[in-house]
Amino acid sequence: MINILWFIFIISGLIIAAGNGSMEQISQAIFKAISDSVNLSISLLGPMAFWMGIMSIAEKSKLTELIGRLLRPILKYIFPDIPTEDPASGAIVMNLTANILGLGNSATPLGIKAMKELQRLNNYSNRASFAMCTLLAINTAGLTLIPSTLISLRAASGSKEPSIILITTIFATLVSTITALLFDKFFRIVSENKS
Amino acid sequence: MPAFISIISSWSIPLIIFFILSYGVFKKVNIYEVFTEGAREGIKTTLNIFPFILAMLIAINIIQASGAMDIIVKGLRPLIGFLNIPVDVIPLLFLRPLSGSASLSYTAYLLNEYGPDSFIGKLASTIQGSTETTFYVLAVYFGAVGIKKYRYSLLVGLLSDIAGFFAAIFICKLLFL
Repeated sequence: MINILWFIFIISGLIIAAGNGSMEQISQAIFKAISDSVNLSISLLGPMAFWMGIMSIAEKSKLTELIGRLLRPILKYIFPDIPTEDPASGAIVMNLTANILGLGNSATPLGIKAMKELQRLNNYSNRASFAMCTLLAINTAGLTLIPSTLISLRAASGSKEPSIILITTIFATLVSTITALLFDKFFRIVSENKS
Repeated sequence: MPAFISIISSWSIPLIIFFILSYGVFKKVNIYEVFTEGAREGIKTTLNIFPFILAMLIAINIIQASGAMDIIVKGLRPLIGFLNIPVDVIPLLFLRPLSGSASLSYTAYLLNEYGPDSFIGKLASTIQGSTETTFYVLAVYFGAVGIKKYRYSLLVGLLSDIAGFFAAIFICKLLFL
């Protein structure tokens, strides 16, 4: 699927650009993508190394298992197929906490950590498990209670009330997260029945 | 920012670090060695996801530079008028799931053009703040563990982006108009 999607994105872009006469912008965009990818990865390198290091301590000390056990009553509804004392629960909780607190830079490494734990439990090496789909549903929905980037941007552009968007953002993010979880559940049931 | 938010923002990471390190010492873990070992793992992970970031950025930058967005917005104009959505925020519906930096700079442009405290300014901030860059998150998270079959994840991500977009318009009209 990802193969086709990638092809469609690139080809339809090229065709539209040919029609528009904007090939010049396309080649600039390609070079920009190449250098942006390096910048993005370098900016990810520090947080990734840092949080993987911190999470290793949490794991060795069995703190992740403890967190997972404590939040089991909530997690078992959202992630029914993760075993009770599995470190995956702890990593998921850390990822969700970082998202909710608006710690964007930390949420990605912690989410990847959680994905690695889930991959350990996955029966297929290259196909997403149901738990992974649920984790991704929450992460792509952008669950957050503190939109810190936006509040800073608004303050920087001279807003008198930079944080007035707090309530509206929480409302919208709750709607998108609940929608994601409902669709995730729905598609999960559909594909369980198929197999 | 209001006091409680800046307190949460500045205290949460130090507190988490404090707690994890103390718990590690309490459980007699060699925290320094374990930390550096884990950090090395993090560097490997970053290198592993680089190809996915590169592939995704190329596709997204091409589609963005092609002017496809303008065609879609023009095509949707009748529907936009019908649903009474401010035309200026429509590009966010398409930019937001594709590219975090592009949608953030478009939001910054709207804040400049209309003012951060205008209706459009508040609406754009809400849309931008309430959802995530679906394509980036999928490529990076799945790329990191070598998953090629995303199943229904992309569909769920995009459906939730659409729901968030309309929820933002609804709540902003209710509270700010």
